[in-house]
Amino acid sequence: MIIVYAIAALGLIGLIFGLLLAMAARFFAVQTDPLIESIKEALPGANCGACGYAGCSNFAEAVAAGEVKANACIPGGNETAQTIAGLLGQEAGDASQPLATVFCIGDCYKASDRYIYDGVQDCTVASDFVGGFKSCASGCLGLGNCVRVCMFSAIRLGEHGLPVVDHDQCTGCGLCLTACPRRIIQILPKGKEGHLVLCSSHERGKSVSAACEVGCIACKACVKACPQEAIEMVDNLAVINLEKCDDCGECVLKCKPGTIHRRDKIPSEADALAFAVVKAAESA
Amino acid sequence: MEKLLSIFFIYIFIDNFVLQRFFGVCPFLGVSRKMETAIGMSMAVVFVMTMATLVTWLIYTFVLVPFNLAFLQIVAFILIIASLVQLVEIVLRKISPTLYQGLGIFLPLITTNCAVLAVALLAVRQEFSLLESVIFAIGASLGFSLALVIMAGIRERLELAEMPDVLRGSAVTLITAGILSLAFLGFKGIITL
Repeated sequence: MIIVYAIAALGLIGLIFGLLLAMAARFFAVQTDPLIESIKEALPGANCGACGYAGCSNFAEAVAAGEVKANACIPGGNETAQTIAGLLGQEAGDASQPLATVFCIGDCYKASDRYIYDGVQDCTVASDFVGGFKSCASGCLGLGNCVRVCMFSAIRLGEHGLPVVDHDQCTGCGLCLTACPRRIIQILPKGKEGHLVLCSSHERGKSVSAACEVGCIACKACVKACPQEAIEMVDNLAVINLEKCDDCGECVLKCKPGTIHRRDKIPSEADALAFAVVKAAESA
Repeated sequence: MEKLLSIFFIYIFIDNFVLQRFFGVCPFLGVSRKMETAIGMSMAVVFVMTMATLVTWLIYTFVLVPFNLAFLQIVAFILIIASLVQLVEIVLRKISPTLYQGLGIFLPLITTNCAVLAVALLAVRQEFSLLESVIFAIGASLGFSLALVIMAGIRERLELAEMPDVLRGSAVTLITAGILSLAFLGFKGIITL
């Protein structure tokens, strides 16, 4: 007899709670917008924060609410923008695809060290330790904070001691920008031609040339040479306005240390190693 | 009143659920990595334990005992706690989205934990009154929170400490938990019921 009671009691408790749950699900139902769900599915889901929202789901809510445009997801690129725009019934417009660029070419052969650093292999730590081990206070320390923070494996550390950005993998999310204690990485529009001054030092010419063979010495030769007047001096550092630059290459010819390069001809790892071989042969 | 106070403090310090009775070790190790999540989890535990004990005590006293079905307590309590938490989650989501954001992810996590069932079972086994049971649940859950928050604080520091590689991660966490447990043994016998 007791077994009947037991089954009945448990069954009854289960039934009551089941009914309660069913009623609660009906009366306290929260309307979730199916649009938000489908936008979330279209996103890459990396939660990188490049859009300025805390994560992909926050971004999806903002897009559905019309706070931001469909093409604000940079890592997702054009494809994602088109998909989301399709869901919203709008035209997407091009998702700009920027690219991280390291504004320093002072590799381990061209820029000198002040002391041998053997501490924690982290750029921030090294940079804070008596101003960093490089003679140049703005130069890349090459300990790879940007490499570690990149979620798309788009940056690796070259053998010449500088980060190398993989143009196909880079989504321009900008995580490396903030990971770099020296703030020498910039996000530039992808694929646009033009020339760049690959140096971040605002020191005076003399101390730059003492620290690094390829640093901008603020001689203003490029400023004078540029027919487009696209170059100006900002605190002892030449800056090229990419909007005005028409790729004539006059500044490259005039630049004595060789700091200016065309965007698609940024000195590679191989160039640096070849330079090291030549230098070793000269000294021998 | 004296008994209520003793119950409250005994289960915070002396019979600490995690460190002396070894209930709820899973969330104790799992969500103690960051202080923020530890506090969120603690709040969810206080909430769920108190509510579960209240309801299970009522059902035990007014349904199971009159029908001579006290032996069903474990099965019935599991059923009640699980559906109760589900119910609260649905209601909370509608009524207070902010509270839901804070507790949301932790509620289903803690539902099936042995610590919650243990509070409900121990409350009826020790023949506490309704008020005593609720005080017992609050004390036990605060004890759990205390252990969790202490652990999170220690672990945040351990992240930066230098130690041999073999100890890193869960090894040092378990050793720390053991030492904490030993430390809490020092409270033994200060208050008795």
